[in-house]
Amino acid sequence: MPITVQIPSALRRHTNGIAKMTCSVTDLNGLFSELDAKFPELKPHLRDETGQIRRFLNVYVNEEDIRFLGGNNYAFQDGDEVLLVPSIAGGRF
Amino acid sequence: MAKSARPGARETRKRVAMASFELRCRECNKSWGNQPRSICDDCFSPLEVFYDYDSVRSTFTRERIAQGPPSMWRYSDLLPLPENFKPAMPTGFTPLLNAPHLAESLRGKNLFLKNDAVCLPTLSFKDRVVAVALAQAKAFGFEVVSCSSTGNLANAVAAHAARNGFQAWIFIPSDLEPAKIVGTQVFGAKVVRISGSYDQVNRLCSQIADEHNWGFVNVNLRPYYAEGSKTVGYEIAEQMGWRLPDNVVVPMAGGSLITKVKKAFGELIELGLVEDKPVKFFGAQATGCSPISTAVKAGNTEIEPQKPKTIARSLAIGNPADGHYAIKTITGSGGWSEDVSDAEVVDGIQLLATTEGVFTETAGGVTVGCARKLYASGRISPDETTVLCITGNGLKTTDALTGKYEVESPIAPKLAEFEAYLSRSLNLPETVAV
Repeated sequence: MPITVQIPSALRRHTNGIAKMTCSVTDLNGLFSELDAKFPELKPHLRDETGQIRRFLNVYVNEEDIRFLGGNNYAFQDGDEVLLVPSIAGGRF
Repeated sequence: MAKSARPGARETRKRVAMASFELRCRECNKSWGNQPRSICDDCFSPLEVFYDYDSVRSTFTRERIAQGPPSMWRYSDLLPLPENFKPAMPTGFTPLLNAPHLAESLRGKNLFLKNDAVCLPTLSFKDRVVAVALAQAKAFGFEVVSCSSTGNLANAVAAHAARNGFQAWIFIPSDLEPAKIVGTQVFGAKVVRISGSYDQVNRLCSQIADEHNWGFVNVNLRPYYAEGSKTVGYEIAEQMGWRLPDNVVVPMAGGSLITKVKKAFGELIELGLVEDKPVKFFGAQATGCSPISTAVKAGNTEIEPQKPKTIARSLAIGNPADGHYAIKTITGSGGWSEDVSDAEVVDGIQLLATTEGVFTETAGGVTVGCARKLYASGRISPDETTVLCITGNGLKTTDALTGKYEVESPIAPKLAEFEAYLSRSLNLPETVAV
């Protein structure tokens, strides 16, 4: 199921300037695996040394914080628009 | 108490020394110099201003501070200000009030109020943070300054922008109190109302900051902005005669203030201005938006975001930016966090007004209500010296008191009418004029 992912400018130096991408994934883990594979340079910025998604990154689906939708358990729907937003300080989904 | 500052002292005194400072990542410690940025590109963690304390060790003294202006600028040497900065107006140095009547009501003794309800120019502690942020905004060459706000910050950015010659674009949740909207528009700021919560407004502003070269005080200028809150801590210590209190109760929205008061106390200890002693930090939230309080009570170190539902709109941040660090500050000090219902918020506003003559906004009602719980539960002992941070003015949130007071029918301008009115009011038998 195709979803659209918007990349914040802070990360675009690791995505060859790509600001938006489309992919077909089912959930958040799938999305980050897709990002790891497509942009290997991005991986250490999205995940910490233990492989966990970094604390200060927020994920929004159709402008709703994914934590209110079930977080890792949320199943992406066709046409979902996903925003990766570096948290100003807080975060962690 | 410390001798008050000289009223005639100049705001633009020559600075003998200023600590050199730079931004560093709070988690990976990478240096980012000085630039408009709030996150580390490497690990997304927030940036913090770090100082070279040795550079001001011999000049940041009690004596020199006492010679400074009666404003937060007396602590300029430990604020991240550009070279040759000249303040456009006085801000801060608000009263520290002894609060014996409130203390009696709460069954405490040594209780004080740090009263930022009278902080100039817009009657909240946000004037402090904005003053620092806009100093850097000018140095970085921004022409437009902006913010996401629950109201007090909107007022402060708009006023300071007007005074400093910036254009201001202010983003607010559409349900903000009318007084806070008018109190922003009057300064000529462009107010953009967003149909959504503060957290949604904040997320939008992060995106806008990504696209527009604007100085968002609480986004790309946030590390500098947040440092302005330290002046609350400096002032508490100085006004207590260069001593630290046993406890501080701080309202929490984004959670930054409580961490910065702690940082201020730590700096004063580091530089030898106060004796080192333990201070407990207590956080206060409205139950209808209590992500930090909930985490502290559950023993969690991370925030679970909430959808705010409270009349304390200035604290209605469901995903607090500094929540993680606020939790660490509270639990690391041996403090605690409490939260109160909307009814208790209103009661706290009224209690503070009737006992001490201080009219605070809903956030202050939260602080007083939580302090009541903290005394009742024994987490704050009566004999300990405790400071409540009152961060905003009640004139901005009068709607919270709707229905609490009767508007009586007028009486005729005649003495006999008044005497009859007085008798009725005091339940006395009415006298008959002869």
